[in-house]
Amino acid sequence: MATVSEGRLAVAMFEEPAAVKPWHEKLRDMARKQPVGVAGAIIVVLMILMAVFADVVTPFDPLQTSYEYMLAPPDGSFLFGTDMLGRDVYSRIVYGARTALFVGFTAAAVGGALGLVLGVSSAYFGGLFDLIFQRVMDVFMAFPLVIMALAVVSILGTGTENVILAIIVPFVPRCARVVRSSALQIREIPYIDAAKACGFGHTRIILRHMAPNVMAPFLIMVTAFVGQAILTEASLSYLGLGVQEPTPAWGLMLQGGAEEFAETAPWVAVFPGLAITLAVFGFNLFGDALRDVLDPRLRSSQ
Amino acid sequence: MYKYVVKRLLLLIPTLFGAAVLVFLLLRAVPGDVCQLRLGGGGEFIDPAALEQCKVQLGLMDPLHIQLVDFLTGFFTFNFGESMWTGRPVALEIGLRFELSLQIAIMATLVSIIVAIPLGTISAIKQNTWIDYVVRTVSIAGIAIPSFWLGIIIILGLLITTQAMTGVPWMPPIDYRPLWVDPGYNLSMLIWPAVATGYRYSAVATRMTRSALLEVLREDYVRTARAKGLLEKMIINRHALRNSLLPVVTIIGIEFAFLMGGLVVTEQVFNLNGIGKLFVESVTNQDYVMTQSLVMLVVTIFVLVNLVVDILYAVLDPRIRYS
Repeated sequence: MATVSEGRLAVAMFEEPAAVKPWHEKLRDMARKQPVGVAGAIIVVLMILMAVFADVVTPFDPLQTSYEYMLAPPDGSFLFGTDMLGRDVYSRIVYGARTALFVGFTAAAVGGALGLVLGVSSAYFGGLFDLIFQRVMDVFMAFPLVIMALAVVSILGTGTENVILAIIVPFVPRCARVVRSSALQIREIPYIDAAKACGFGHTRIILRHMAPNVMAPFLIMVTAFVGQAILTEASLSYLGLGVQEPTPAWGLMLQGGAEEFAETAPWVAVFPGLAITLAVFGFNLFGDALRDVLDPRLRSSQ
Repeated sequence: MYKYVVKRLLLLIPTLFGAAVLVFLLLRAVPGDVCQLRLGGGGEFIDPAALEQCKVQLGLMDPLHIQLVDFLTGFFTFNFGESMWTGRPVALEIGLRFELSLQIAIMATLVSIIVAIPLGTISAIKQNTWIDYVVRTVSIAGIAIPSFWLGIIIILGLLITTQAMTGVPWMPPIDYRPLWVDPGYNLSMLIWPAVATGYRYSAVATRMTRSALLEVLREDYVRTARAKGLLEKMIINRHALRNSLLPVVTIIGIEFAFLMGGLVVTEQVFNLNGIGKLFVESVTNQDYVMTQSLVMLVVTIFVLVNLVVDILYAVLDPRIRYS
């Protein structure tokens, strides 16, 4: 851990002291200055709890079909009604949180880690490596996210794992680009030269000296991306090209005849969409607040 | 300026070339192929001779590098080949549907501009009042609402309102008639998907307009204008708004990617036979030729739109001079 604190020390000399506040003070500042962000954090935490304790908080098995209760309207026993196969919509939404968060977090974590390593390496090595890397990233960035994800699905096929991969592929270059631009500044700080002079290897400098210092823009990027990944997964599943039946997933719930029954059983179409919106809303609010707290210089209008 | 445009156009070539190679390689990595899927879709016995013939016909038996050269020459000469699914030329299939998707895209952009600029302006002028909070909340929520769900809700709303008002539920028509043939019919069909797609677009543009205007309102020349007693309305319209529209133009370029992604899902919701629906069908049917052509089409449009936005930026702001 000695190397990390050395890194912090070196940064402290170049940045305003506010940047090295301990995390619990940051958290308190955040609660005071960012009530909206805290609201977002609460939504996120509730979603996580819902996903973790899905078996406890649901009255029915999300896969249990029942011909007796097909398209039953919301009432005391079926909180959000039932779908065309008589499955409880509320239970399916709660289990759907599991799918959505699993896809969102995995895609953001794996894609983020790859983007972090690639972005920092590109900035660290510079020269021809950086040039080639930049051109390759340009090519990847020319693909709109959903289009790229669909192209990947067309190769790998549908299913939860493939959807995660399809979301990771377009995320890596986007993350690498943001990380690279911060890492370029870090590289100019003398402690990197010091680390080189100590004879440390490339891997050690990249992972332990440079990567920890681009954490602020990285975390902002990753948080915002969780919401986007959830939205993309829902879109793919809605198109029938994502998560497959019988796995409960919000996008999939909207696909299975939600439009056909829209008039007679609107609850089938309304609640899963609300769940998607709320989840993405929560991550967006949280990400926005995180941006303001972690890195005031990055505060942009977007 | 002229030099800059030429340079940017030349830079397009390596990007598009790289994209073409990437698309080609991605789609050749598929396990199984379209011939197996087409001949044995139902799990029945596949005649090896028919499979062979199908592969030869579609050029799947050629060495990979020959397929690549064919693909690239096809792409740069606008000859995309035939759909592996319907057997008709890809250019024809795309041509049939392009008009519809283009119209929705343009309408969605217009919807978003019409909504975003007034809302963003009001929000900035009335900063930190309840109007501002409402606009900001609506626009953050707008980014979170999936456009396909918004589409479903719009259909649901139309059904319920028409049922209540006329007693007969009404749905937007699904067979396309061009705008100049039957404007009323055309608009009654396409305005809903345009709203569903444009809403997200407008949410981002509203936030952008607001923050850009807030920044401009703190400039010295705005203070000067106020000091000389100019009406607030004049200051906003003549001095501030004009200068704050630049970032909004950028957003249109960036968000264009979302617009195209949005079209893919929205066309599915409203059951419109456009490019987006064709794309989803080609992915489902493993129609490589169609998928790769459509991906290349989207990438080319996206790259071109971003180039136009960059040039527009320079035209609108005389301070920016690219070398």
